[in-house]
Amino acid sequence: MSEAIQQAIEANLSSLSLAMPEIILSVGILLLVTIDLIVGGDKKGLMTVITVATLVAALFSVVSLYDVPAQSLFVGMLAFDPFSLFFKLLVIVTTLVVVVVGLQSSDIDNKYSEFYAVFLTVGLGGFLMASSTNLLMMYLALELVSIPSFILVGYQKQVRRSNEAALKYVVYGGVSSGIMLYGFSLLYGLTGTLDVHEIGARLSAGDVPNATLFIAATLAMAGFGYKVASVPFHFWCPDVYQGAPTPVTAFLSVAPKAVGFAMIVRFFYLGLSSFDGMTGEVLGGQWPELLAVIAAATMTLGNLTAIWQTNLKRLFAYSSIAHAGYIMMGVVMLSPSGLQAIMFYSGVYLFMNLGAFLVVILVAERTGSEDIGEYRGMGWRAPFLSASMTVFLASLTGLPPTAGFIGKVYLFASVVEGGLWWLAVVGVLNSAASLYYYWRIVRTMYLDDPEEGAEPFRVPALANACLLFLLAGTVIFGVFFTPLADLTHASNSLFIPSSEVVQAILK
Amino acid sequence: MDQWILTLLTFVPVLGAVVILFLPGTQKNTIRWVAMLTTLVCLALAAWLYGAYDKSNAAMQFVVKVPWIPSFNIDYHIGIDGLSVSMVLLTALISAICVPAAWSIEKGVKGYYALFLLLETGMQGVFVSLDFFLFYVFWEVMLLPMYFLVGIWGGPRKEYAAIKFFLYTLAGSVLLLLAMLAMYFNTTDPATGQNTFNMLAMMDQSNHSEWLKSGVIFGKSAALMLWVAMFLGFAIKVPLFPFHTWLPDAHVEAPTAISVILAGVLLKMGTYGILRFNYPMLPDATHYFSTFLAVIGVVNIVYGALCALAQNDLKKLVAYSSISHMGYVILGMSAFTVHGINGAVFQMFNHGTITAMLFLLVGVIYDQAHHRYIVFPNDYKDPELRGQLGFGGLWTHMPVYGSLTMVAYFAALGLPGMSGFISEALCFLGAFPVHRTLTIIGTLGVLLGAGYMLWAFQRLFMGSFNERNKDLVEVNAREVAMLVPLGILVVLLGIYPAPVLDLISASLSQLSQTLTTSGGMAAGF
Repeated sequence: MSEAIQQAIEANLSSLSLAMPEIILSVGILLLVTIDLIVGGDKKGLMTVITVATLVAALFSVVSLYDVPAQSLFVGMLAFDPFSLFFKLLVIVTTLVVVVVGLQSSDIDNKYSEFYAVFLTVGLGGFLMASSTNLLMMYLALELVSIPSFILVGYQKQVRRSNEAALKYVVYGGVSSGIMLYGFSLLYGLTGTLDVHEIGARLSAGDVPNATLFIAATLAMAGFGYKVASVPFHFWCPDVYQGAPTPVTAFLSVAPKAVGFAMIVRFFYLGLSSFDGMTGEVLGGQWPELLAVIAAATMTLGNLTAIWQTNLKRLFAYSSIAHAGYIMMGVVMLSPSGLQAIMFYSGVYLFMNLGAFLVVILVAERTGSEDIGEYRGMGWRAPFLSASMTVFLASLTGLPPTAGFIGKVYLFASVVEGGLWWLAVVGVLNSAASLYYYWRIVRTMYLDDPEEGAEPFRVPALANACLLFLLAGTVIFGVFFTPLADLTHASNSLFIPSSEVVQAILK
Repeated sequence: MDQWILTLLTFVPVLGAVVILFLPGTQKNTIRWVAMLTTLVCLALAAWLYGAYDKSNAAMQFVVKVPWIPSFNIDYHIGIDGLSVSMVLLTALISAICVPAAWSIEKGVKGYYALFLLLETGMQGVFVSLDFFLFYVFWEVMLLPMYFLVGIWGGPRKEYAAIKFFLYTLAGSVLLLLAMLAMYFNTTDPATGQNTFNMLAMMDQSNHSEWLKSGVIFGKSAALMLWVAMFLGFAIKVPLFPFHTWLPDAHVEAPTAISVILAGVLLKMGTYGILRFNYPMLPDATHYFSTFLAVIGVVNIVYGALCALAQNDLKKLVAYSSISHMGYVILGMSAFTVHGINGAVFQMFNHGTITAMLFLLVGVIYDQAHHRYIVFPNDYKDPELRGQLGFGGLWTHMPVYGSLTMVAYFAALGLPGMSGFISEALCFLGAFPVHRTLTIIGTLGVLLGAGYMLWAFQRLFMGSFNERNKDLVEVNAREVAMLVPLGILVVLLGIYPAPVLDLISASLSQLSQTLTTSGGMAAGF
């Protein structure tokens, strides 16, 4: 017995070096909290420097780990593989951009240290979500993202809408993770294990009733669906997005969604299929059909509802629901090209969606409102800002030569390759329909004349730099996407235990 | 030069646009001249291309192939054959004529010409691309400038017209995207053994996968379904009935120069696409749809002509006449005969020049009179004018304008001696052996065409002069400079069509050959 404990300790210790990014983030969080207690006065600059430094250190650490072979960490709790590293990169870049963007927003009034500490905690949770291979760990990681998110959403204590949003978020989060836990417990009852690899091995060997499995998968999907805001667990999304401080909304619309998809992939690909990196048999219930229907419903509902919105944060909330539907198509395919499409799309979505939100923040800073009417004649008042917004919107629509188009090409290519034609047709028609509401913004900016006496609109230099960075990502990956294609190709590898290990489990 | 000519033709306009972006917006005349110069350079390059193009060679010429995105096997692959060279020349010509046509625009001149030049790049890119992915990028890139050009500089209902155009075209394009991806996964490049976007490889059926021959989508043959997906993408652009409703709106609201581009070049992209993609890539399916194409063509001819007859807005009349004239193209190509396909492409070229004239002529009086009603409609704002002729007796007042209009209208109605006659005759001649009854019905279009054109001419130019229009002045030098070259071309090609027919015939005969020899499988669908 003591030998087993000894082994576990050794395994944990040897895992530590591969968990460097997580450790760096944890140290950063502790630093922020401690220094906040020690240093007095205006700490905004100092705190920002610490946060950015932590993120940059984590970024380097993730990049340096890229050529380490995939393995299991902390006795099967986490997987270390390029797939999770990619999503960690995504979380870091998103957090970095939002930290810089957050500086532009007056929504975050002077409590920067807490704001950043909580923010980095969400990032840490995101790291764990991207790599969990144990149902318990998945649940903990999900909650580690959710609970600090509730705080971030309700950050403006004085604003009623923000409080309402936080409360809604908490209620929905509680209910859906409860349902998910019920699904997990069913799975545990059926297979006697919480490890997804073991679940997969037991299911492929054993004789488990498909109907029960399907119910378990559906229930688990409640938690995942809540995280990525897919139908029918999307109801929290518009209110929370509208009520939260805009930088938080920008963050929520990108990072938690992306890692949510990483978790969905691990759960379904490793637990409920015999996916070996190239192809796989579906185990237990036809969950791809379920996810295909969810994908189609999510994008259709998101797009059709977005048409009626006049508040841009609400509009982008529905648009982000639609985009979750697009990404879900990649999950359905159970193929390497589907996985690559998920990663590619999450990558480009980061640039275009954060870009659009940055414009919303900058305009709201000036006008105090996110109403579409504020954009009247903006094309003539703020040429660069409006041109950037047009590019971001074109990219969100999926028009070439922008990155969003390439992302859609990847997604639809995986669907076409898999031969799921009805989903492909629903997907492309949706993406054509989305033009209508995205283009209403462009129309307001350029086709409507500015109000009498409207002055030119100046944008701070730092915001312009940030805008330029996101714009560059959106355009360059649209014209020359080889770097992102190579990165996602290199990241397209899930940790899968070798067949001997699987045999050992079965014994 | 051979290596660079097509790249230059495509990207010189972008260079011009960049130069314009760096000019101050107040320097309106400098901006106009930069745009003029850019399009003239392109026209000169096109003229050089006309001389250097080997007419006896049916294969692709001036081919450039450089890897672009290796991981997806996408190349920067361009080249032209007889079909595309005629369209490239037309694009360069129409673009150069459209710059002076917009000279009087004062609002946002800088933005206008930058977008216009970007549009020219998109158009040329579509016609020279030999990589499906590249083609698709150019095809979509055109939409953005077009939206803004109609939406910002258009007429009273510009917002509606611009978004309608955009939505319609995009809805078609996304289906084309699916077809593109399906073709990619089912074509193997013989050189590399991998999937490819190379259009030339797609045109060789021995590179197609087994699935493309026998696979099934929604219970129907995969080849047929892909043919339909591509066809829908192109049909909306042509536009074919019943997808034509964006066209009258967009044409009427667009500024004159953009109407000219729309009718002169953009519509041709639809028929170009069908000839470039549907025909050679899926010839068996094309055979299957031969009669369908002829029917659609005839519907377009007759329906467009009847709608044109009913219009009292001159610009709408021209717009509907475009729908009718594009029907000839579809009818001509539906039979796969050498005459028919040659006639179709020649008609594409001629319609480009003739409609450009028609829209420019509408623009001339609209600029001065600020309306373009042949007859004032019953809901016109001034109750006294309702139901009265908008113009009338203009001939005595504006004889030069009248003469130029006469040339354009006669060409449009297909008068022998004008270029339109030859191409329409070839279309009928080519379609007749195969679709006898349909062709006979189609000839109604010529009759109706003469009807609406002459009736409009009569109401505009004959009769007694309307004193309300006494302030109208004769066409100015700029307008003459735009109209006369087109008029000369229309008459010249009507008398001696060889310069264009020789250019296109080698490649098109080969296309006709491909189609007539295949089709044995048609029964298999």
